[in-house]
Amino acid sequence: MRTQKRGRAASVGLHTGLLLGTVVALFPPLWLLVTSFKPDSEAFSTALVREFTLSNYDHVLADTHFLDWFGNSLIVVLGTTLIGVFIASTTGYALSRFRFPGMRPLMWVLLITQMFPMAVLIVPLYNTMARLGLLNQPVGLIVTYLTVAVPFCAWMMKGFFDTVPISIDESGRVDGLSPFGTFWRLIMPLAKPGLAVTGFYTFVTAWAEVAYATAFMTGEENLTLAGGLQTFVNRYGADWGSMTAAAVIIAVPAAIVFGFAQRHLVSGMTAGAVKS
Amino acid sequence: MSVDTGQPVAEAVGGDDNSARGRRRLAKQGDPRDGRPSRRSARGLTTLFSRHWYAWAMIAPVVLVIAVIIGYPLGRGIFLSLTDADESNVSRTIGVNEIPATYQFVGLENYADILGDSVFWDRLGWTALWTVGCVSVTFLIGLTLANMLNRQVKGRSFYRIAMIVPWGIPAFVSVFAWKMLFNEKYGILNKVLDGGGVEGVSWLSDPTWAKLAVIIVNVWLGVPFMIVAMLGALQSIPDELHEAAEMDGANAWQRFVNITLPGVRSVSSTVILLSTIWTFNMFPVIYLLTRGGPGDSTEILVTYAFRLSFVNSPRDFATSAAWGVLILLLLSLFTLIYRRALRKQGEVW
Repeated sequence: MRTQKRGRAASVGLHTGLLLGTVVALFPPLWLLVTSFKPDSEAFSTALVREFTLSNYDHVLADTHFLDWFGNSLIVVLGTTLIGVFIASTTGYALSRFRFPGMRPLMWVLLITQMFPMAVLIVPLYNTMARLGLLNQPVGLIVTYLTVAVPFCAWMMKGFFDTVPISIDESGRVDGLSPFGTFWRLIMPLAKPGLAVTGFYTFVTAWAEVAYATAFMTGEENLTLAGGLQTFVNRYGADWGSMTAAAVIIAVPAAIVFGFAQRHLVSGMTAGAVKS
Repeated sequence: MSVDTGQPVAEAVGGDDNSARGRRRLAKQGDPRDGRPSRRSARGLTTLFSRHWYAWAMIAPVVLVIAVIIGYPLGRGIFLSLTDADESNVSRTIGVNEIPATYQFVGLENYADILGDSVFWDRLGWTALWTVGCVSVTFLIGLTLANMLNRQVKGRSFYRIAMIVPWGIPAFVSVFAWKMLFNEKYGILNKVLDGGGVEGVSWLSDPTWAKLAVIIVNVWLGVPFMIVAMLGALQSIPDELHEAAEMDGANAWQRFVNITLPGVRSVSSTVILLSTIWTFNMFPVIYLLTRGGPGDSTEILVTYAFRLSFVNSPRDFATSAAWGVLILLLLSLFTLIYRRALRKQGEVW
């Protein structure tokens, strides 16, 4: 309709703008990928791969604690995502369906926790974790990350549940399901796009968190990936090759999760806006 | 899970007429516009509990986690900020000996010291510049690209996926990629500049360039979220509005100003508030790209507070906590003013 009237010049401009955006968005990660296949001596050459090598990956996987870090991160992130998505959905459901005393304060608290600087929490939290013996323990990080991710996720899930017709709940209740049964058997399966988005958000947040991980986890084998990559810089000052390889391996799981979620991400966040 | 426990409790509290009670609850639950529950009930708390216990049970985990991990540390942090706690006088365990805490309550002394010192105001100035710079540039780029993506273009889905890729990569990995690009001697940016006959830029070791560099990286990281949010807003504007305006002879710019902008206002205001808060507290970009350097030129309030308690020696817990409280106050103040300004313009959320 509107678009058919677009002149040639406008068309060229549009594509130029979009291409430029795409190049800027893709270049840094792609360059990282390219560099990881170069031998160390060529790490900074501007040429594309001249001698293809996997030695960087070999070195990272065989000679460092990388696999430990990867395992630690995986435990922390999976724990956070599973628990986080579950409790965010129950909270979102309660906020969407029930009117109960304490509801408005809760919504405010969820909004306000968004702006809590970790700087005010990190010291007392560090002391608390130390007292509970949770430093260097995945559990400590999982609990901490929940507070980072859950408030936003609960808001998002509330939005998703709002789009599910209430008549479905009612028919479930008429058929004798308890409120929890309705939630678990009827509503949750319908909220899959929402779950994908919140799951993705939680995963990425936890996978990429730096400050708490740096402060709470010490000792080479206890680090998560965010902390581990930092020790790389100090120890291998100029060894960019290993770093790029490590960075690529770290990015892969996130990219996979992203790939699964991205369809829902766009359609989910623009829910109800799809017009054909 | 809780399916079996559901009815008995309700029955136990509910008394004689179960079926009627059940129906009433159903109605309550069924209509979200039902308003607040009546508290006039004779049985008071018990009735409240029996009516709302499942809602409370569903929010309990989140409330618990927030109370333990945010409520308690917050109270503790505010307390610490009123003491002179540092590495040498907090309670700690050395070997088998427990050394009790010996720090003392000093009232508002820390705050007076911080506010009387130019370091805080310098950091605050840069933090404000950083936040405004990042958010405004991110928003403008996001809005522009979202507008382009909202047209019917060939390869639209490819562009869209490509442009949100930075969101899918862990921030600290991206920051390392950028660190490599920015490398003064060997980085590809300077190589390209050299090739063009321009002298290379000391991206991360010159205060001004370092500031620009961290802003560039943060914008790069923030644009995908902005694109997705603005796309959603743009797609909710009915096509008919544009068509009608076109019919009336409005040119593209007039349509943008009079239809598109008002249409994305409410989403924009929320997104801008959120990204202001996120940027203000953005730790990883600055910490990983420059470590706050050169000197402390790119140190924002949050990274400086972190430096005080985890990098500097001796670790100064009290001052760091006081910085944290000040950050929180600033953000709360900003949120209040922002909301008030919105409300004055008739925007409610």
